[in-house]
Amino acid sequence: MTPPRQRVSIRVRVDPVACDAYGFCAEILPERVRLDEWGYPIVDGTPISGELMELATRAAAECPRRAVLLERVVPAAR
Amino acid sequence: MSAMALDTADRLLRRPAGITGPLDLATHLSVHGPLSVPHRDDRSQRTELLHAVARSGLLGRGGAGFPSAVKWDAVERTGRRPLLVVNAMEGEPASAKDRVLLTYAPHLMLDGAEVAAAVIGAGEVVVCIADDNHGAAASVETALAERFRAMRSRRRITIERPPARYVAGEESALVNWIDTRRSLPSLRIDKSVPLTVGRRPVLVHNAETLSQLALIARHGPDWFRTAGTSDAPGTTLVTVSGAVRHPGVVEVELGTPVQDILARTGSDAGLAAVLVGGYGGAWLGPDQLMTPYAPGSLAAAGATHGVGILIALPTVSCGIAETARIARYMAGQSAGQCGPCVYGLPAIADDLELLGAGRADRGLPDRLTRRLGEVDGRGACRHPDGVVRLVRSALTVFADDARAHAAGHVCRGHAAATVLALPLRRPTPVRPS
Amino acid sequence: MLATSSTAFWYTTRATGIVALILLTATMVLGILTAGRAKSRAWPAFAQAELHKRISIMAMVFVTIHVLTSVLDTYVHLGWLSIVVPFSSPYQPLWTGLGTVAVDLMIAVAVSSALRQRISPRTWRGIHWLAYGSWPVAMAHSLGEGTDASKLWMDAIAAVSVLAVAGALAWRIADHTRAKDEALRVGATTRAVPPRGAPPVGRQVPTPSGRPPARNASSPRVVTTSTRLLEKDRP
Repeated sequence: MTPPRQRVSIRVRVDPVACDAYGFCAEILPERVRLDEWGYPIVDGTPISGELMELATRAAAECPRRAVLLERVVPAAR
Repeated sequence: MSAMALDTADRLLRRPAGITGPLDLATHLSVHGPLSVPHRDDRSQRTELLHAVARSGLLGRGGAGFPSAVKWDAVERTGRRPLLVVNAMEGEPASAKDRVLLTYAPHLMLDGAEVAAAVIGAGEVVVCIADDNHGAAASVETALAERFRAMRSRRRITIERPPARYVAGEESALVNWIDTRRSLPSLRIDKSVPLTVGRRPVLVHNAETLSQLALIARHGPDWFRTAGTSDAPGTTLVTVSGAVRHPGVVEVELGTPVQDILARTGSDAGLAAVLVGGYGGAWLGPDQLMTPYAPGSLAAAGATHGVGILIALPTVSCGIAETARIARYMAGQSAGQCGPCVYGLPAIADDLELLGAGRADRGLPDRLTRRLGEVDGRGACRHPDGVVRLVRSALTVFADDARAHAAGHVCRGHAAATVLALPLRRPTPVRPS
Repeated sequence: MLATSSTAFWYTTRATGIVALILLTATMVLGILTAGRAKSRAWPAFAQAELHKRISIMAMVFVTIHVLTSVLDTYVHLGWLSIVVPFSSPYQPLWTGLGTVAVDLMIAVAVSSALRQRISPRTWRGIHWLAYGSWPVAMAHSLGEGTDASKLWMDAIAAVSVLAVAGALAWRIADHTRAKDEALRVGATTRAVPPRGAPPVGRQVPTPSGRPPARNASSPRVVTTSTRLLEKDRP
C-alpha cells in the first residue's frame, strides 16, 4: 500500500465542444464513463490508477474527435 | 427600515437635478470630480492603484463576482501587452443596468476603462455593445468624440457590436467573437490562464465594474468601503421588474435586504416569489425576502447575485409556468456546441411545460430530477448550470404547486400574462417523452 | 487480351487485386456503419473502428503487392511512374489510370491517418472523405482493366460489393435524415422564441427605443478548434 502523501492524480475529462457522441469512451472505459439518454458521456472524475490507465489512454486515442482528455490534477498547496 | 428612509446610494447614477439625458464631459467632471489617469511609464502610480483596487475589495459586477485585482494579476503575469475588453453586452433580458450606465453616464465607464488599461499596461480598449443596443452605442460614440476633442484619451478605444444573444456576453464567447467573429464559448479548465486574442492576453470587465473603478480611482478604497458590507463593499445596480409599480434600474448598497429594494420600486404586498440574479439565477420564496442582496448571503439562501436582477412574481402568476418559459428561452439560446445543453435544456423545458399544464406523466418528477443532475456542469460554459440552478430553486420554492401540478391540477396562474421581459408566444404543445 | 500468360506475376497481380477490392469494400462498409453509429453491446463501435483500421491496412498490403507485381510483369508494360501518376501508362491508360487515382487517394488517407495525432481533427476528416472517392474508382478500375472482368464469379463479387456499399450508404442517409428531423423538432419547439425584447428601465429614464433586434449572426453548429488547455497525458 502506498503511504499517503501528496501525489499528482490523473482523471478523465471530456471536452464537450469537441464531443460528437460516438460513445467509444463508454465502451472502452465503462468504469469511468457512461452515456446519458442522448449518447453523450457522463464522466466519473475519480482518479485513474494501474490497469485503468491503459484503458483510459486507449479511450483518449480512439476518440474520433479527440474529445477525451487525461487531466493531471495537482493538489493545491495549502 | 422604511423604503423612503433608504439612503439614495447614488454614486454611479449621480446627476444634477433636472438633467435627463446623458452627462456630457463637462457635467460629468463637475459631478464626479477630476481624474488623473496614471501614465504608462509611471510604475509607482500604477502599483498604487492596483493596491487601492485590492484594498477596495471590488468584485466583478458582470455575474461571476470575481475579485477584480486577482484578474489583473493573471494578466500581468503573462508579460505581454494585454487588450482590455469592456463587456456591455448585457445578455440577460431582464437586466438594463449596463444599458442605463452607457446611455446616461458613458464617461464614467470610459474613465474606468482608461484607469484599468493604464494599470495593466493595455494599449487598446474594445467596448462591446450588443448589436441591437443602438442607444448605448450612440451615447458611447458621442462620449468618445468628446474625449478625443478634449484630448483625454491616451489609448485606442473602439466599439464593437457582437450579436445580441444570451451567451454572446459570456467571457470566452466574447473574446472568441473578437478573435474569430463567432460567439462560441470555449471550455476553460484553468481560469488563471487568461483568454487571448492572437497572442495578447485579454482582460474582460463588465461596464459597471469599470464604472465603480472610476470612482475608486477618484475617491479611494476607504470611501468605496463606506457603502455596502465588509465582504461585499460598495454599491450595485439592480434592475427591478415584474409586479412593482416603478420598474427600473436602482443603485443600492450591497447588503440591502431584497424586500427593501423591492419596496423602493413600489412592490405590492404579498409576492409569491422573487427571481434573483437573472434567468440563470434562482427564486427566493416569500419567507426569504429579508435576505441581504450580497453575494455571500444570497449564496447561503441558494441564490446568486448574478447581474443585479429582481423580478417580482405576483400571487396571480404561476411560478412553474414562468420557469418553464425561462427554460424554453434559455434552451433556444444555447450556443449549440455541447450535447447535454443542446438536448438536455429542451428536454427540461418539455418536462416543465408538461408540469405547468397539469399533463405530467407519472415518471416526470424523477425524470426531471435526473435530467437536472445530468445536465449540470456538462457544458463548456455555465449556461446549462444556470438553468439547472433556476429550475431546482423553482421546484423548492414552488414545491406545493409542483406537487399539485404533478397530480394533474392546473392553476389559474398558468393562463396569466407573463411578468418576464420576453415577448414569448404560447409554448408549442409537446409530446411527453 | 489473351488471358493465357503463365507468369507468376500475372496470376499474383490478378489475385491480389481481387482480394484488395473485397477488403476495400469491407473497409468502406465498416467505416460507413461506424460513422452512422450502428452499434450494440455485442458489436461495439470502437471494435468496428478497430476492425476498419486493420482491414484497411490489410487492403493496403494487398494493393501494394498488386501494384508491384503488375509493374514487374513484363507481359504488359506499365512503367514505375504509372504507380502514382495517373493516365501515364502506355498499356490501357484509362483503366490503369483509374487504378492509379485510387492508389493516390489511398496513400493520402493512409498517411493522414498515420499522422492523425499530429494534424488537426478537421484536416484529418477532410482527407479521410477522399476515401469515398477511392472505392468507386477502384471498382471501376477492376471492372475496366481486369481480364477476369467478364467471368461470372468476378461479376458476382463486383455485384455483392456494390450492393454492400450501396446498402450501407442508403442506411446511413436514411438514419441521418431521421436524426436531422429529430434535431429539427428539438430546434422547432425551442428556437420558436425570438431574441430578447426591450427590458424595462429606470424611473426617470425613458425606455430606450431601438430598432427591432438585429438578425442573429447565428452560431454555427460546426465545432471550433477549442482551446486545448490540457496536455494529453501519456504514461
